[in-house]
Amino acid sequence: MAGEVPVKALLFASYADAYGSTEVPLLLVAGSTVGDAVAAVRAKVPTAIPARPLVALNERYAKYDEHLSPGDEIALIPPVAGG
Amino acid sequence: MRAALVTRSSDVAALIAEATDHSCGAVSVFLGTVRNVHEGKAVTGIEYQAYDAMAVRELQAILGRAHERFETGHIVVEHRLGFLGLGEVSVAIVAAHPHRQRAMDATRYAIEEIKKTVPIWKLEHYADGTREWVDPTRASIVIEPSPVAEVVG
Repeated sequence: MAGEVPVKALLFASYADAYGSTEVPLLLVAGSTVGDAVAAVRAKVPTAIPARPLVALNERYAKYDEHLSPGDEIALIPPVAGG
Repeated sequence: MRAALVTRSSDVAALIAEATDHSCGAVSVFLGTVRNVHEGKAVTGIEYQAYDAMAVRELQAILGRAHERFETGHIVVEHRLGFLGLGEVSVAIVAAHPHRQRAMDATRYAIEEIKKTVPIWKLEHYADGTREWVDPTRASIVIEPSPVAEVVG
């Protein structure tokens, strides 16, 4: 449908465990931002994901006010713990 | 420079050979290993997971910044994924330079940056059968020793 923005949201670690999957397909309205996508994911698992988690857009850290395009991949990044 | 995620043990001797040439008078190696305790709980192993494509991109960006800061392109990093037992190497960083200070600074910089920005997570497995995702942003639980009453004889 025109005006809708399909986006794929990726979850990892504790966020993925809480949701029960590593991928959340989203259908957002035109003009939606990274922040809107985070809010849409959080609506599904509100207690497991903090209000403003780190987020990546197409494999780069992103700001919440960046606009989304159809086919974008966002990732909610739990606190990293490499090393 | 090379950054990679790997699912088998890193061959440290091979990494040293890869990072070094005859212009280098110093080689610095940092190895992160799986420790047997975390916040007082006995650990039996750690499972590492990554957002692979972004993690490699971030690792490469760190090596790029290290190259600029410490003037060495002789730097290699491998981060292991999957389940690792106690003592296994989770991350190997090798930096070489004509002089020791910059070789050591480059490895130190790389590991500190990896811990800040690279999307890798670890699920600790404990001896009591529980598991927990490690959250370095959470305040550590400080276990205070119990006050000992003075015994007056």
